[in-house]
Amino acid sequence: MSNNNQWTSICDASDLISNIGVCAQINGKQIAIFQLEANGTTSLYGIDNQDPFSGSNVLSRGLVGDLKGHDVVASPIYKQHFDLSTGKCLEDDSVTLKVYSVRSNEGKIEVAAQ
Amino acid sequence: MSKEKIIVVGNGMVGHKFLEFLSERDNRDQFEVITFCEESRLAYDRVQLSAYFSGKTAEDLSLVEDGFFENNGFKVYLEDKVVSIDRDNKTVTSANGEVVAYDKLILATGSFPFVPPIPGKDRDECLVYRTIEDLEAITHGAKTSKRGVVVGGGLLGLEAAKALHDLGLETHVVEFAPRLMAVQVDDGGGAMLRSKIEALGVTVHTEKNTKEIVNGDSSKMRMEFADGESLETDLILFSAGIRPRDELARDSGLEMGPRGGITVNNNCQTSDPDIYSIGECALWDGRIFGLVAPGYQMAKAAVDAIAGDKESEFAGADMSTKLKLMGVDVASIGDAHGNTPNSKSYSYNDEHNEVYKKIVVSEDGKKLLGSVLIGDAEAYGGLLQLMLNDMDLPEHPDSLILPQREGGAPAGLGVDALPDTATICSCNNVTKGDIIASIDGGITELGELKSCTKAGTSCGGCAALVGQVLNAELEKKGIEVNNDLCEHFAHSRQELFDIVRVEEIKTFEELLAKHGTGKGCDICKPTAGSILASCWNDHIMEPSLAGLQDTNDYYMANMQKDGTYSVVPRIPGGEITPEKLIAIGQIAQKYDLYTKITGGQRVDMFGAKVHELPLIWKELVDAGMESGHAYGKSLRTVKSCVGSTWCRYGVQDSVGMAIKLEERYRGVRSPHKIKLAVSGCTRECAEAQCKDVGVIATEHGWNMYVAGNGGMKPRHADLFASDLDDETLIKYIDRFMMFYVRTADRLQRTATWMNNMEGGLDYLKDVIINDSLNLGEELEKQMDHLVDTYQCEWKSTIESPEKVKRFNHFINSDETDSNVVFVKERAQIRPATTKEKSDLIETVAV
Repeated sequence: MSNNNQWTSICDASDLISNIGVCAQINGKQIAIFQLEANGTTSLYGIDNQDPFSGSNVLSRGLVGDLKGHDVVASPIYKQHFDLSTGKCLEDDSVTLKVYSVRSNEGKIEVAAQ
Repeated sequence: MSKEKIIVVGNGMVGHKFLEFLSERDNRDQFEVITFCEESRLAYDRVQLSAYFSGKTAEDLSLVEDGFFENNGFKVYLEDKVVSIDRDNKTVTSANGEVVAYDKLILATGSFPFVPPIPGKDRDECLVYRTIEDLEAITHGAKTSKRGVVVGGGLLGLEAAKALHDLGLETHVVEFAPRLMAVQVDDGGGAMLRSKIEALGVTVHTEKNTKEIVNGDSSKMRMEFADGESLETDLILFSAGIRPRDELARDSGLEMGPRGGITVNNNCQTSDPDIYSIGECALWDGRIFGLVAPGYQMAKAAVDAIAGDKESEFAGADMSTKLKLMGVDVASIGDAHGNTPNSKSYSYNDEHNEVYKKIVVSEDGKKLLGSVLIGDAEAYGGLLQLMLNDMDLPEHPDSLILPQREGGAPAGLGVDALPDTATICSCNNVTKGDIIASIDGGITELGELKSCTKAGTSCGGCAALVGQVLNAELEKKGIEVNNDLCEHFAHSRQELFDIVRVEEIKTFEELLAKHGTGKGCDICKPTAGSILASCWNDHIMEPSLAGLQDTNDYYMANMQKDGTYSVVPRIPGGEITPEKLIAIGQIAQKYDLYTKITGGQRVDMFGAKVHELPLIWKELVDAGMESGHAYGKSLRTVKSCVGSTWCRYGVQDSVGMAIKLEERYRGVRSPHKIKLAVSGCTRECAEAQCKDVGVIATEHGWNMYVAGNGGMKPRHADLFASDLDDETLIKYIDRFMMFYVRTADRLQRTATWMNNMEGGLDYLKDVIINDSLNLGEELEKQMDHLVDTYQCEWKSTIESPEKVKRFNHFINSDETDSNVVFVKERAQIRPATTKEKSDLIETVAV
């Protein structure tokens, strides 16, 4: 717990399939990781895996895409959308999930989490 | 204040309509209402009577909504009829001896079939065609008959001929006049109609006057004609017109017409101001109206006169008709014969396609007076409006009936030209103004519009016109009918389907790059996934396709509220061996799954964690089972009853057919889930009439029903075709399903798809049975491709280590989700509630 931005390696970059999420467990915390790829650009995102509406740990299994220019994931349970950059729920302003930095570093996918 | 007592004599279509109109009145509580129904059944749809022979039951034909009499507090005397009226004391006496007082009396006694006074007409084998009892007698008589004759080649006579034809009799029609439907159509139309009907295997004899019916040689009877010829037959159906049932009125001294009928004024009042008469027994302006729409208008006029604050008057009725006789479109409008002095006519006669069209126009060529359409009656709605609203004809009136060629301007006048007062649906008396009011009220869909205004819901003749009014109004209001799938595609699902098929697009990326924008979303991705599967049928877990699948399709299991999944192996037709049942039980026991029997006759196993899915499926596949696709927008199950193999009543092997269908259509991806069922007899234990496709065994084969639905908005399936053999049944289902897959919207079940289809059931029959779009073979080929490329998604998944690898909750750990917690209830697991979870975790922590 010495560094707030401690990078944790979770898998090889080649383990990720674009536009399909995975879930990483870091210090007992579940984080949904997504690699969005479209029109030649790639972005990596990390967001809480727990869907706040159902309480279930399922967001890594949601469909990703974009709505009005924002990259989002849709909950597979009740279909709310969460902005992958900010964690904001598009259908309910009072709900914001925690987001995490994710990077690809020397062939590894790394997440910055406490 | 004591209530005003209304007695309605007769619970036929018109008598019942009177009750319905009255029940819709705000002041209905001011009336005590009593009705006498002589038949053993309450009002039913006599117009659709012939449907009884193609599988509809008496219940299907009923016009009485459940609880109608109870909810409205109306009293009904069933199987009892009024035999006399005491006008001085204002009471009626019934056959059972009831004496009931009235303030207002409504005579809706209808008509009876006219049987010409031919010697021999009272033989047991001579029948009429009006009530369900008559139909039962016909069915019974047909069992010992080879040949049947209908006397009368009018509208009802041809309906009756269809019934005999459907019952498998060699059918003849004997008509006194020189042509069929002499009242409604002219010589040219009659000739075309005759050739079309004869092509269907019915023999037509015109200008035949039956003198006597005597014992036959080769058949039970022989009809001797005035011209010396004769015709042998086993059964005779008289359908030579109707006569008003007016004896009650006559005996009470009411004013009658010289040739019968109870004389009424514009309020449908008889010569006794407290007695009204409506329907086929009433004579208005010297005329009897033998159609249901004028009868309904009379019912309205009478209710308005008795209970209304404002009076509507009956002002005669247009007798134009459009119907399908033995599959042949026939329509007649206004002065079909050109009887108006100096009228002129245009006609178009296409012997190749067997289409005949004629219009009769006024001397100056400006107004439409009448029309006859045989073989193609699409122009009916537009022409009828031109006449009824006295609108000016286009410069070249013949353009109204000439076929449209490529590049030609559409004939006729747009619906915009119609005044708001134009009646669009005459069965339910809905004007263009009524429809606009509903659209102003926010309705934008044809299905909704029909259920809200009732327009197009009776005979269906105006359905296309209703659709046109809707589209024109929406366009005028600037409401763009936006069929765009989502922000990424400015196309409807149907358009995307065509694009994928024609351009042979195999991936979402390609589709998005060529026809969309952005990155896609949870609407367009699964839709594209489904379309790609319907077209090319590649494995849904292929890397290029996997990202398009909802979690259910991705993990090939149904996600439940706690993030675990349920597993359903396929049990075709609900038939399963004890060995497989035991295997399911053992697997459920081993993985501690909650088990429940589904509505689709199979077993659902709940509580599987992601990593367990391939393990469970390995064991299921080893036990000989395959994916049940309970997770997909695809064929779910084909439910069946046990059928003729075991059941005393079964007439066909329903289980065998259900298995055949389920194994044919398993895995086919579609806009929404599809459910089928097969019943082995008319008792319908498989509940096929609430399925997307329902199949019910008959003694001659299978009846096919389509577009039924249970669920939130139940819809009774429509009878689509009767007495099909196995091969034709499968051909029609292939075409039906593929046409649905190609044209429906995303997540649109067949019931809604059907409700919104312009042209409705008739159109669908045309496409599938008559192959009007020339698509049949293509649809079958496409289905064959899907059947040939079927693979059990689970079997191929567990055989691929690459795919199995994805079934893990964490990418960086083999642990499982600690948030999934079960407790026991009734000896099985269930998800723990939040409170139970915290209690359990505390317990562990301590």
